[in-house]
Amino acid sequence: MKPAPFEYLAATSAAEAAEALAAANGDGKIIAGGQSLMPMINFRLVKPTILIDINRIAGLDRIEKHGERLRIGATVRHRMTATDALVHRHIPILHDAMHHVAHLTVRNRGTFCGSVCHADPAAEMPVMTLLLDGTITALSIRGERQIAASDFFVGSLMTALEPDEFVTSIDIDTLPPETGWGFEEFSRRHGDFALACVATTLRIVDGVAGDVRFGMMGVGETPLRLPDIETLVEGQAISEMLLQDVSETLKGLLHPNTDIHASADYRLHLAGALARRALRDAWTRATLRKDGADA
Amino acid sequence: MPEKKITLSVSVNGVAHTATVEPRMLLSDFLRHELGLTGTHVGCEHGVCGACTVILDGRSARSCLTLAVQAEGVEIETVEGQGSVDRLGRIQEAFRQHHALQCGFCTPGFIMAITDMLRHHPLESDEQIREALSGNICRCTGYEHIVNAVRELARERGPLT
Ligand SMILES: Cc1cc2nc3c(=O)[nH]c(=O)nc-3n(C[C@H](O)[C@H](O)[C@H](O)COP(=O)(O)OP(=O)(O)OC[C@H]3O[C@@H](n4cnc5c(N)ncnc54)[C@H](O)[C@@H]3O)c2cc1C
Ligand code: FES
Ligand code: FES
Repeated sequence: MKPAPFEYLAATSAAEAAEALAAANGDGKIIAGGQSLMPMINFRLVKPTILIDINRIAGLDRIEKHGERLRIGATVRHRMTATDALVHRHIPILHDAMHHVAHLTVRNRGTFCGSVCHADPAAEMPVMTLLLDGTITALSIRGERQIAASDFFVGSLMTALEPDEFVTSIDIDTLPPETGWGFEEFSRRHGDFALACVATTLRIVDGVAGDVRFGMMGVGETPLRLPDIETLVEGQAISEMLLQDVSETLKGLLHPNTDIHASADYRLHLAGALARRALRDAWTRATLRKDGADA
Repeated sequence: MPEKKITLSVSVNGVAHTATVEPRMLLSDFLRHELGLTGTHVGCEHGVCGACTVILDGRSARSCLTLAVQAEGVEIETVEGQGSVDRLGRIQEAFRQHHALQCGFCTPGFIMAITDMLRHHPLESDEQIREALSGNICRCTGYEHIVNAVRELARERGPLT
C-alpha cells in the first residue's frame, strides 16, 4: 500500500517542531527513525496531515553523562546506543538489550526515544527506560515537562504525551560498577519482537542481594516493573528455593494475553523460566564484579 | 487536502538528480519510478523483508521506510552502483560463485546490506554473519549459500581496523 497524502516539514529547531505540532491540532506526527511509523503510514493505519521530521535538528543526536545519569537525545539511533562507550561501561545491561532490537539495517535508523514513544509492549527500550528509572523530557509550545517512566507507559502503543508534545531526550540511571545484570528474552527468530522478556539488576551487599530492580515486557499491555519481586529478592541470596518462589509469585502477578504468537499459559511458563535465568545471571555477574573490585 | 510538492536533490551512485515529488513518495518508489533504477526491489513495504535495502550516507536503510523527501542532500548507493552483468562487483561475484541466489528477488537487498556489514561489522564467526543477515528474507536459497558467500568476503576483507 501507499501512504495517504500529507505535508512534510524538516524542522531545523526544537521550537519549530513544537510550533508545527501545535498548529497541526492533534493530526501531526513526529517522525524520528520511521521504523515503526512508516509501516503504519504505508498501511494507512495512521493518516497524519503533516509529518514533522526531527532528524535535522542539531544537538539531539548525542549521548551525554550528567552526574549519575545518561541523557539520550531524540535522534540517537539504536546503532549508536549499541556501540556507545558510555553505555557499554555504565549500563552494560542496556548494551546487551540493544542486540535484541531488530536487525542491523533497522538499528541504523530507529531511535531510542522513538521506540519509547512508540511504546510497543514487546519492545526492549521501553522496559529498559522503566528499569533504569528514566525521565522523559517533553517539549511543546507550552514549555518543557519531565515525565517519570513509571507514569509514561499508559497502554499498548499509548503514552502520557499530549498530542502537542514531543520528546527531546530521555535520562536514565547509570549503574554502580559492581552491579550484576540479567537480560533474558525469548523470541521466535533473532530480531523479532519478544514473547516474553526479563531484565534485572542487583548488587551483592554482605552476601545478599541489594538494590534489586526487576522488569518484564511482552507479558502485558505495557512494560512492567515488579516491586513484589524486587522485595522478595532484596536481602536474600539467590538459591533454587528463592527462584522457585519467584516463579510462583510471578504467576499471581502477571496476566498475559493469548494471541497468535503465544498462549497466555505459555507466556507465564516463559516468564518463570526467563526470570530464573536472568536472576542467576545477575547474581553470577554481581559476584564476579564484586570479586574484581575487591581484588 | 492540498499537498505541497517538494523539490529535492540527491546523489545516487555518484550521479546528481533533482526532482519534485509529493511528500508521501517512498524512496523505493522514487528510485524505481522517478529515476528508473529498478534494481532496488520492493517486497513487503513495511520493513520486514529487506528487499528494498539501499545505503544512505554510508549506512544501510530500508528505502520503503524512508520518504524520498527525507533523502535531501543524501548520498544514496543502490545495487546499480555495484557492477553490471558484464562486470560484476565483488559481492555480486561472490554470490554467483557460491550460488547465493536463485530467483534473485531478494538479492539486491542482501547485496546492499552486506556492503554495510563488510564496512562496519566484525563478521568473525558464522553466528555474527547469521545475525547480521537476519534482517533480510530469502524464500529460495535456505541462506546456507549466502552465509558461505559472506564468510568468504569477510575472510578476504580481514579484521576491521
Ligand atoms: C523489521 C523490524 C523489526 C523490528 N524489531 C524490533 C524489535 O525486535 N524490538 C524493538 O524494540 N523494536 C523493533 N522494531 C522497531 C524499531 O526499533 C523502531 O525503530 C522503534 O520502535 C521506533 O523508533 P523510530 O525512531 O523508528 O520511531 P518512528 O517510527 O519514527 O516513530 C514511532 C512513533 O513514535 C513517535 N515518535 C518518534 N519519536 C518521537 C519523539 N521524539 N517525540 C514524540 N513522538 C515520537 C512517532 O510519531 C510514532 O508515533 C522493528 C522494526 C522493524 C521494521
Ligand atoms: S520492501 Fe522494504 S523491507 Fe520489504
Ligand atoms: S533468491 Fe529468491 S528470494 Fe532469495
